[in-house]
Amino acid sequence: MKILVGVKRVVDYAVKVRVAQGTVELANVKQSMNPFCEIAVEEAVRLKESKIAKEVVALSIGPKQCTETLRTALAMGCDRGIHIQTDLRTDYMELQPLAIAKMFQQIIEQKENPDLILLGKQGIDSDCGQVGPMLAGLLQCPQVTFAAKVESHDSGFLVERETDAGTESIHIQTLPAVITCDLRLNEPRYATLPNIMKAKKKPVETILAETMGIDLTPRNQVLQVIEPPPRKDGIKVADVDALIEKLKNEAKVLA
Amino acid sequence: MPFDVLIVGGGPAGLAASIKLKQLAGDSLSVCVIDKGSEIGSHILSGNVFDPSSLNELFPDKDWKEEVESATGSIATPVSVDEFLVLTETNSFAIPNLFLPPQLNNHGNYVISLSQLCRWMAQQAEELGVEIYPGFAAADVLIEEGIVRGIRTRDVGLAKDGQPKATFEPGVELRARQTLFAEGARGSCTEHLMDEFNLRKGPQTYGLGIKEVWQVPKEQHRPGFVQHTLGWPLQSSIFSKTFGGSFLYHQEPDLVLVGVVVGLDYQNPYLNPYQEFQRWKTHPAIRPHLESGECISYGARVLNEGGYHSIPTLTMPGAQLLGCGAGFLNAVKIKGTHTAIRSGILAAEATHEALTSEGVDPVSETFEITTPPPHVKAYQEKYEASSIKSELYEIRNTHEAFARWGVGPGLIYTGFSTFITKGREPWTLAHNKLDADATAPAKGFSPIQYPAPDGKLTFDLLTNLQRSGVYHAEDQPIHLRVKPELQHVPTEVSLPQYAAPESRFCPAGVYEYVDKKLVINSQNCVHCKCCGIKMPREYIRWTVPEGGGGPQYQRKERTTAKNAQENFASHHDRKKEAAQAKDNEGKTSEERPNCVNQQYISYDIKGI
Repeated sequence: MKILVGVKRVVDYAVKVRVAQGTVELANVKQSMNPFCEIAVEEAVRLKESKIAKEVVALSIGPKQCTETLRTALAMGCDRGIHIQTDLRTDYMELQPLAIAKMFQQIIEQKENPDLILLGKQGIDSDCGQVGPMLAGLLQCPQVTFAAKVESHDSGFLVERETDAGTESIHIQTLPAVITCDLRLNEPRYATLPNIMKAKKKPVETILAETMGIDLTPRNQVLQVIEPPPRKDGIKVADVDALIEKLKNEAKVLA
Repeated sequence: MPFDVLIVGGGPAGLAASIKLKQLAGDSLSVCVIDKGSEIGSHILSGNVFDPSSLNELFPDKDWKEEVESATGSIATPVSVDEFLVLTETNSFAIPNLFLPPQLNNHGNYVISLSQLCRWMAQQAEELGVEIYPGFAAADVLIEEGIVRGIRTRDVGLAKDGQPKATFEPGVELRARQTLFAEGARGSCTEHLMDEFNLRKGPQTYGLGIKEVWQVPKEQHRPGFVQHTLGWPLQSSIFSKTFGGSFLYHQEPDLVLVGVVVGLDYQNPYLNPYQEFQRWKTHPAIRPHLESGECISYGARVLNEGGYHSIPTLTMPGAQLLGCGAGFLNAVKIKGTHTAIRSGILAAEATHEALTSEGVDPVSETFEITTPPPHVKAYQEKYEASSIKSELYEIRNTHEAFARWGVGPGLIYTGFSTFITKGREPWTLAHNKLDADATAPAKGFSPIQYPAPDGKLTFDLLTNLQRSGVYHAEDQPIHLRVKPELQHVPTEVSLPQYAAPESRFCPAGVYEYVDKKLVINSQNCVHCKCCGIKMPREYIRWTVPEGGGGPQYQRKERTTAKNAQENFASHHDRKKEAAQAKDNEGKTSEERPNCVNQQYISYDIKGI
């Protein structure tokens, strides 16, 4: 079985994001692999280690620094990397989920033909969660999002899916299929130094986004990017009566 | 994993050594640099007014300023004004430049971001074939049969209680024919080597530097303006023995780099270096530089002040000490980067000579180490003959003069020895006390009332700490270890006798006493190394946490002016714009491709 894993390069989760010139500032800001993509890579590598999969290919879309993100995926255990190079911003400002899904579709249908596509459930920059479902729609194949457990079952997979109401168990009967990974699926491994050194020798292929013949124009226009307004100071009240009075008359949360 | 040369620490000294080694040896020696920061530069903090002499030696054919700007956006700004002020609480007096030691003349020097310079140097090193692995912390030094063999990286995936988690990976041994330690001041492996090989001749004395980066409106910005001050608030009288002062540098396009350095040999346990820094900013000579600006970054790091006397033996079988790890900072010039780079060059030359004359096939070819790592004494000899030694020897007595007699006499002595004797005075004022032992008991002092932060010019510690980008993976053992034989010191010595100075000197709020018990908030740690130095009885041993954690220092280029693009366009951007403009010629607006310079229009959305 061949698995294709999507890895996205995003602003590091620990960085305090700033707005500059009307948009999110990316210059000289630390960027690293999207945490949900790390979980997807970990799951793919585990499937390979348990001999269910034979090959894991990592795919990343973005500027030339994406090769670093791909190297991390390779160091975690992927076999090969594909880099679709573009200078368009991938945080929703320029490149949006439909275009990304179409690029994935082309790689899948015309090049790799994987049996399973693993993606993170959402990018922590755009927070859309749309590439997975859109890709499944374009490929006309089964999809399970927010996977918390993935098990091989018959010729498909048994996936536990997290919802607000509880966990669903879904049996994917035919492949290929798209699974997007949620937080509780696994804890990604550390990329060890020997593996990072070995990853340098693994092949990474670069494709220019403009040469793919896909319309990359965004469907939605970002009107405004602003920092959240600063939180107002809280106040101390003298007693419970004052609290009830304020909740009733000022905050208006009590009838 | 064997290498010919392993370099611990990706700062200016380590990177300079790796570059020089490759310039000398090409592919015939394998060189590896490891660094505990998540990227090269993320743990680099410095003022910094840079003397480029040794960098120009390393790259005689490169215009480093242009290349650093292209690669990182950071602009090396030539120093235009050198100001030295003595502050009183409400006033300031400028010391005319002609009375200042010649070492403080910054003509030909540049205001830079050392963090960004290191990122560029790392790129140069990688292009020359150096293997650089950030995110890996050297936890233990491998010493076998009295010879340094290399290091072992930190185990990762241990839980807070020390038990391995599912993600556990043991540390990896990196072995080399020669290991160069370039960890910066008070490096953790270096401290271990000092003990193992008895390298220290006299104690080192340190200063704690705390820094903020501000972005200010263009009208206030004076590119190349360099200011140092003494006096208020650290020194209130001319005999005050608290060593320290401030720095304030304007870097293009709109940054002001400010900070305070406090000598850690201070006596008053109630001194709070962070609060001294905050209140210093309110002084009428300082405030106008920062007003209406925004603080965008914060950090702290110790630096060496001991100078010549405190330099240990630099070599041992299998290893050498470089840069601030050895202690080459020139405290009168207030610069250590140029000597760090120079020491890297000297170490590389000595190492190259030693490894290629052994008559042994290099690891780059055989992938194994077949002979014991040599003791490269030539590095020590090169240092003795170098400008590093001569410049440090010349000013060897100045710091001790401050420590013994106070700031007024210290200044007079510094003037005397830099103008008149030029270091040729036949006596040596040796420094012989540990900074931790200089703290006096609390009963001789009273708590200092520091003003409350206003949130615009001055800030509380935790708000500022966010600006350092510091984080550590939550579930890992605490890396700040109370020494087993000193377990009683926090509650029986530090708190009752010294009023818990660690709750005040730590610039990250790591140490606090809750219900009379010590609490260590290790995830705040910015790796400044102050605690290991100033704790009463030195009861803390600083060890490395998991690699990749700690502060994330980097320069933010955001500008707030409307014509931001022009203010800031580096030549790289200008080239790109020119190319785009040519491309757009003759096209209607519909045909212009989506480019990064797109305007984002915002509408007031009413009544939806």
